[in-house]
Amino acid sequence: MPNVSDYQWPPMETRKVIGKRISRVDGLPKASGRAKYAYDFYRKDLLFGVLVGCPYAHARVKSIDDSAAKAMKGVTAIEWSVKPGSELQWQGQEIVAVAAETEETARDAARAIKVEYEVLPHVVREDDLAAVGNRAKAAGEQVTGDPDTAFKSAAQVHEGFYHIPVLTHCCLEAHGQTVEWTPNGINYWPSTQGVSTVGGDLAQNLNVPANTVHVDMQNVGGGFGSKFSADHWGVMCANLSKNSGGRPVKMMLERNLELMTAGNRPSGFAQIKVAADQDGKIVAWQSKSWATGGIGGGGAPPIPYVFTNIPHVRLNHSAVATNCGGSRAWRAPNHPQASYLTCSALDDLAHKLNMDPVEFFDKNFELTARADTYKWQIRKAAELMEWASKYKPRGSSPGPVKSGVGLAVCTWGGGGHTSNCLATINRDGSVVIELGTQDLGVGARTIIMQVAAETYGLPLSMIDLRIGKNSYPVSGPSGGSTTSGGVSSSTRKATVNALEKLYEAVAPSLGVQPNQLQAVDARIQVKGDPSKAIPWKQACAKLGTTPIQEKGFNDQRRPEGLNASGVGGVQMAEVSVDTETGIVRMKKFVAVQDVGLVLNPKLAESQMNGAVIMGICGALLEERVMDQQTGKMLNADMEFYKLAGIGDVGEIVSVLDMRPTTDKRGVIGIGEPCAVGVVAAIANAVTNAIGVRVSGVPMTPNRVLAALEGRTA
Amino acid sequence: MEKFSYASPKTVKETVALLDQKTNSNPGQVEVLAGGTDLIAMMKEYLATPKLVVNIKDVHELHGIRPEKGWVSIGAATTLDDLAENQMIRTKYPSLYEAAVGITSPQIRNMGTVGGDLCQRPRCWYFRNGYGLLAMDNGKPLVPNGENRFHAILDNSGPAYFVSPSSFGPALVALGAKVKAISSSGAREIPAAEFFVKPTSETQREISLKPNELVTAILIPENVGKNTTYEIRERQAMDWPLAAAAVDLKMNGGTISQARVVLGHVAPTPFAATAADQFLAGKSIDEKTAEEAGRQAVQSATPLSQNAYKVRLAQVAVKRALLQAGGKA
Ligand SMILES: Cc1cc2nc3c(=O)[nH]c(=O)nc-3n(C[C@H](O)[C@H](O)[C@H](O)COP(=O)(O)OP(=O)(O)OC[C@H]3O[C@@H](n4cnc5c(N)ncnc54)[C@H](O)[C@@H]3O)c2cc1C
Repeated sequence: MPNVSDYQWPPMETRKVIGKRISRVDGLPKASGRAKYAYDFYRKDLLFGVLVGCPYAHARVKSIDDSAAKAMKGVTAIEWSVKPGSELQWQGQEIVAVAAETEETARDAARAIKVEYEVLPHVVREDDLAAVGNRAKAAGEQVTGDPDTAFKSAAQVHEGFYHIPVLTHCCLEAHGQTVEWTPNGINYWPSTQGVSTVGGDLAQNLNVPANTVHVDMQNVGGGFGSKFSADHWGVMCANLSKNSGGRPVKMMLERNLELMTAGNRPSGFAQIKVAADQDGKIVAWQSKSWATGGIGGGGAPPIPYVFTNIPHVRLNHSAVATNCGGSRAWRAPNHPQASYLTCSALDDLAHKLNMDPVEFFDKNFELTARADTYKWQIRKAAELMEWASKYKPRGSSPGPVKSGVGLAVCTWGGGGHTSNCLATINRDGSVVIELGTQDLGVGARTIIMQVAAETYGLPLSMIDLRIGKNSYPVSGPSGGSTTSGGVSSSTRKATVNALEKLYEAVAPSLGVQPNQLQAVDARIQVKGDPSKAIPWKQACAKLGTTPIQEKGFNDQRRPEGLNASGVGGVQMAEVSVDTETGIVRMKKFVAVQDVGLVLNPKLAESQMNGAVIMGICGALLEERVMDQQTGKMLNADMEFYKLAGIGDVGEIVSVLDMRPTTDKRGVIGIGEPCAVGVVAAIANAVTNAIGVRVSGVPMTPNRVLAALEGRTA
Repeated sequence: MEKFSYASPKTVKETVALLDQKTNSNPGQVEVLAGGTDLIAMMKEYLATPKLVVNIKDVHELHGIRPEKGWVSIGAATTLDDLAENQMIRTKYPSLYEAAVGITSPQIRNMGTVGGDLCQRPRCWYFRNGYGLLAMDNGKPLVPNGENRFHAILDNSGPAYFVSPSSFGPALVALGAKVKAISSSGAREIPAAEFFVKPTSETQREISLKPNELVTAILIPENVGKNTTYEIRERQAMDWPLAAAAVDLKMNGGTISQARVVLGHVAPTPFAATAADQFLAGKSIDEKTAEEAGRQAVQSATPLSQNAYKVRLAQVAVKRALLQAGGKA
């Protein structure tokens, strides 16, 4: 068996495949539409399912009647998730699902189902804490040090109110699945973030043995943290199939249900008081915050964010239960809110101190867990943004269209999740890599193939990678930015183990010991003597009849130098604001991120670009609009649930910290950290441009003009 | 959507006969299908449930832009893109051109038609969520105490609070255009300003077209002044104006002899800002005049709880439209 040291990543200068700017292997199939998603599933015998959600924010079911729907020709099954007496807590909560021969029939049948409701009182808005009554649950005060004394003796104190709304995940591909309940087991084609875990979830909810559920998912159109579970609709879909003679049923959520019920990110409201001494060092923090994550409350932003070593702190947080869809993990759960609340307040404090925010943040990085990282990053970001020439004191930009710059920070964990990989080397030289993992569109396929190609010394095109089924070795769900760390490590170990076996088979013919061999340029050669070598194919021909098959396992708790956890990032935004219309335009965004060893800079930067765009949406456009009168979400569509288009995003400069000190930590995932600080940086840039703080996001013309006119909106 | 029958006539005559098939005059029994960019969405949401859908895209007479005795006729089925690409429209009627390209989605411009733009339904989110054109719940209007950031700031004393969605509306009113319509009882020409109406009950519509009438063309006078449209939008693409202004300025040398300023997306109909018209008469266009005209245009605004900002936007739209028309932008 190889030693731990054999698994280590090759030194930076000798890497041939990893660390290179390789385009994603599934780019072309995706861009050309050949890649198939859960939504694309089709078979001749396919039935269509339609899910019906509750029309009210809060209601009790009085009676149900599906007789008319049942009598319709082509309807094969109806599956209820409520019964008379059931209490429903949000608009869109699952009521009933129908399967039919055609989509049209399924929809007509869904319309023909009658449910009588007793409408109950609702609360769908949390912006006014005083108005929500007992819906708010206080978490209890937390005090560190002596904030009262610290505030009294501080040189400068700032107080402000900031808020960030609930966002939905708004996955481009809605949640849903096809399920086929056969005598030999359940075939399940979901849109999921957890190929190896979601089948067990479905099995448990259906009360069937987990080994009878066969999961297959090759592509997913976005998850962002909202697609871990089989969900009620998955279970309902399975039952529809069962009751339709086992025919496959496809049931995907409509856009409106996707936005109402399939996941959202909690809001964040905070009254913040923060103080510094005369040197600009933060000495005290106090906040009264609240948030909603639906009927379960939820959503406590970790504030003060990043600056966790502020000596005197008082925190009060309340979770507000609202009759809205439940929150789910959203790309760095609670961090974007925390970053926004914290960095806005700190930027305002810097202004009061008459300090350039770069200088102020830099000085206070001593209060963070990774001062050196942030200090390097803020210098790098400032250089790329040309901060020194662009930064002007607040509101001093001339003319009606004002420009400004702002900054924010982020942090995240990462690490590598549990992952098993199976590596096969066949006698004909072909190689197979199998993992029960998934590619969320971020490039998991590509980096796994890169790792295998690197170990074997083979071109990427020779790696036959198989993922997306739960019949492959178990790999963790993609959450917490742990996939790259996990799958790269298990693949590295499996391929090193398999290669070791190949060396053993080849060594005698080269007259050396196996440990004297190396795999380079599709050859097995003697270290230090490249003339003694056998081409890969011939080497493999030396195997007996049995192919090599070896496992690699990443233990989440023992990364063995292959992956790590804990990163920081600095983001800077440059905007222009038309002060006559309140319209904000992105000019430039600079993101500097540390993510350990970068397996593929192109893909990593692409992740960052995507995250920046997502943040721009949240900063300028995106919010869930709830109507307290009717309890409804008014913008459960993609017309008024506004997302940025390509014309709205400006220039994006994504930079990875690839210094040797960072590289040697091993692989760290990037999906989440880079999505954290964007909103805050843009908010600070807008403030810098117009001279006043827009107290909430998104910074719509309404809010920007109100801020300029000294109103609240 | 609900089941419906479908007809695809080739002539206006056949179309009129089909539209006349209604046994009653309830709007919505028979719907004209042009580009379908709004109608299909309405049908999918069960907000439109026609029994008969009449496709007019194959009616030749309804396509094209041509001169017609002192007027320019734009066929109702002319696409927004065809209009935007027309050189004569670009140079002579920039207010129409700007309105067309302001419908900021190439896909919608390729499919959507001029007639469809005038007849499309409001985007009020209460309406689109099933609360009716007047947005009522249990007899109570929802807009005044609700989420009204995108609603009307002018002519909004109720019962209608939505904003007229058509970007062409303001330009047509400013230009003094007419809408040609036909039904079995004959053809008529409706001045653009009378085409758009503010409904006072749920059974009325926001346009004065009769249920069995077909829009055949729009007539724009040949004799127009310096005209343009200025729209304010949050996003570069796929977004609605928050406010817009169309202007037509008949000039006498360097001074305005007659001005027509019409606001869009701020009232249940295109809003003729006659106070601004009067103010502008006899003036030359400069920043100060334009600014003041903007103020005049919105002087009767009565913003709702969340949309005071639209007053400011409308004012700025007028200012910028005037400067743009006057070549001062
Ligand atoms: C994201 C988005 C942004 C948009 N932004 C704008 C914008 O900024 N400004 C703007 O003006 N529009 C905008 N639109 C709307 C778009 O312009 C309209 O949907 C389009 O113009 C409708 O034309 P159509 O031919 O597709 O109409 P259809 O959908 O076919 O018909 C719409 C309605 O008009 C009726 N109708 C159509 N033609 C006739 C006729 N000749 N006679 C009688 N009745 C008729 C139909 O029966 C139906 O009721 C936007 C749409 C979207 C989705």
